[in-house]
Amino acid sequence: MADKITVALAGNPNSGKTTVFNAMTGARHHVGNYPGVTVEKKEGRYRHGELEVLVTDLPGIYSMTADSVDEIAARNHLVDGHPDILVDIIDCSNLERNLYLATQLLELGIPLLLAFNMSDVAQGRGIDLDLDRLSERLGTPIVRTVGHKGKGIEELKEAIARVALGKSSPRGSTVDYGSPIEREIEKLERLIALRNGDLSKFEQRWLAVKLLESDEDIAAKVTDRDIISQAESSSARLAEFYGDDLEVVMADRRYAFISGICRESVRVPASAEDTSSDRIDSWLTHRWFGLPIFLLLMYMVFHLTFTLGNPLSALIENGFGWLGATITAWWPPDAVSPLQSLLVDGIIGGVGSVIVFLPNILLLFLAIAVLEDTGYMARAAFMMDRMMYKVGLHGKSFIPMLIGFGCNVPAIMATRTLDRRRDRLITMLIIPLMSCSARLTIYALIIPAFFPQVLQAPMLWMMYIIGIILAIAAANLLRVTVFKGETSSFMMELPPYRMPSPTGVFAHMWERAWLYVRKAGTIILGVTVVLWAMTSFPKKVTYDRDYESPAVLEQLTQAEVTEAKRAEDLSYSVAGRMGRFMEPALRPMGFDWRIGTALVGAFAAKEVFVAQMGIVYSVGQADESSEALRAQLKSNYSPLVAFCILLFVLIGTPCMATVAITRRESNSWKWALFQFTSLTVLAYFLTVLVYQLGKLVGIGV
Amino acid sequence: MTVALVDIKPGGRGRILEVGGGSRARRRMFDMGVTPGVIVEVKRVAPLGDPIEVKVRGYNLLVRKSEASGITVEVE
Repeated sequence: MADKITVALAGNPNSGKTTVFNAMTGARHHVGNYPGVTVEKKEGRYRHGELEVLVTDLPGIYSMTADSVDEIAARNHLVDGHPDILVDIIDCSNLERNLYLATQLLELGIPLLLAFNMSDVAQGRGIDLDLDRLSERLGTPIVRTVGHKGKGIEELKEAIARVALGKSSPRGSTVDYGSPIEREIEKLERLIALRNGDLSKFEQRWLAVKLLESDEDIAAKVTDRDIISQAESSSARLAEFYGDDLEVVMADRRYAFISGICRESVRVPASAEDTSSDRIDSWLTHRWFGLPIFLLLMYMVFHLTFTLGNPLSALIENGFGWLGATITAWWPPDAVSPLQSLLVDGIIGGVGSVIVFLPNILLLFLAIAVLEDTGYMARAAFMMDRMMYKVGLHGKSFIPMLIGFGCNVPAIMATRTLDRRRDRLITMLIIPLMSCSARLTIYALIIPAFFPQVLQAPMLWMMYIIGIILAIAAANLLRVTVFKGETSSFMMELPPYRMPSPTGVFAHMWERAWLYVRKAGTIILGVTVVLWAMTSFPKKVTYDRDYESPAVLEQLTQAEVTEAKRAEDLSYSVAGRMGRFMEPALRPMGFDWRIGTALVGAFAAKEVFVAQMGIVYSVGQADESSEALRAQLKSNYSPLVAFCILLFVLIGTPCMATVAITRRESNSWKWALFQFTSLTVLAYFLTVLVYQLGKLVGIGV
Repeated sequence: MTVALVDIKPGGRGRILEVGGGSRARRRMFDMGVTPGVIVEVKRVAPLGDPIEVKVRGYNLLVRKSEASGITVEVE
């Protein structure tokens, strides 16, 4: 083999594959896409002596059966990607099921190495593994690893190098399916060998086995009628012979092969039964206590992320505010300098709006890493699945949705805990309907201005409920339209509870935060600068009113002049013009150009809506409790329009940070744009409907 | 006595007789080690009544009742 080799890491979900991958490749990752699908392809490189190794971390799979897009991507990489060497990460505290995949990988004809991961857990439970014997029987080198502690990684690299340099060539034992089946396999292999050509990329035995098992996806790749009809008749004959479906018989043979090997080389003491996990679960997933404990934990996660994170975010905002003020002071007080504005409002503001999310993201992922690494996340999915499944989602969707009420950005990042692409994308797409805390500032401004005290709380509550109802409807709609045909399966392992390692938890947290800053951060920064330019340019040279004239100066204070100028500036800027330009389209919702302009600004962050309304109405630095702004709004809009603003802000135009993070997490602009457009269109139609009906019936006009 | 897996109360166990359902669903069961002849124990039911947790081949598996509906078990 050449100096450059490719290695693919395969393994069951929960086998610690990614920790091994991280330990092997360090920080040098590249995250891309599998061709044509939004499934993340994680690649990393390392050097070992003269060898340049490219490692691909495949999506976790239980077998070579592929139903979901992720599994298909993993299988295609194994079959069509031609990795030079395959490493199967085995959770050796759960050997039988993990080896099931290994028996199928062995058939691929690619040199296979086994990494017996989590060997510390197995050892701790007194499981005695005779690795020499296992290695001998399976015909593959075996390396003991503890991924999160980085143990055994050098040995694994060394073993890979030995295979790559031809110093060892694992022969790889394959399952003996018994002579009746083996005879048919041989027949098929001969046929396949004859029709070389397009089938030569497949390992003959593997193809024969898959065809006998009537794997539809693989059969679809074979165009040769003879081979297909041979496979069908062999399969039917054997099924009759065994009196059962062939796939049952073959799965059974594989497990028998594994059991045989394990009987010889694995000693599991009677005490290895992990009773402590069972004892913990008898409380944490208890019929009555399970859900309250879960809700309490979720409250703590939410509290940690936002109650603890938001003061830190405020600190960061103040820090950037101070920095902006310092830089502003470089210029004389009355200077109108585009450079100053670019530096302070564009760049510092932009970097600030990226960094401001970091406390929430770090704290949330601290919590999620602990929940995942302890194994509680699987319990949460177990308890929430019934409810979430009913609304078209997965048990694991609950936590991201909940986080969405705080902020959609970390919530979308949290969808990473969902294993299947379909569940993940659906959750990601509907999260913006969870009314985030930035939208709360808009509700807080508008609701008290327009609605009597008794209606205020129900109004606020209604916004949240409308969001949830629409999210459920959207999830179900997506499930039967965009993601039609993709099956959903809940089946998953409930791993034993584990003590999380601080290094693992912090690594996880940093990785997420860094990815956010690097990938989403650049988009957020860019959009902030563009939005700054849109609200600042073109500059108005002569104002409508002559603010220098004695008549005006007598009427207005200096501050009022500044505010009036700012209002004129904004209305003259690109954003203002967009607001005016869009006005005919906004009219059916009851909106004027001012609301339109503020909505353009609110794309930066929803709460900016409040400040922008403050500028267009010249009421100075407005926040959500500004009575001056409330008075202005009240004299210009009806309660019906106010409600329409709330509705539109709730549903439509997710903020640019949400768009950026969806782009990042789905790995494609397609989904980010789909999310943005469909939510905005939905918001538009619903708001028009409400406004027109309201006007017709005469409510709140 | 032959019963459906989903009808076994927590704590009950038995030997799997048959894994029914469509071919994909069955294959998925096999992938997870749920095959005829294997001993399965129902550990608990989720607080909301679905899914269920079973122990099979030395590990704990979570499965929706709808997914497990085709599994018949022989209990003593």
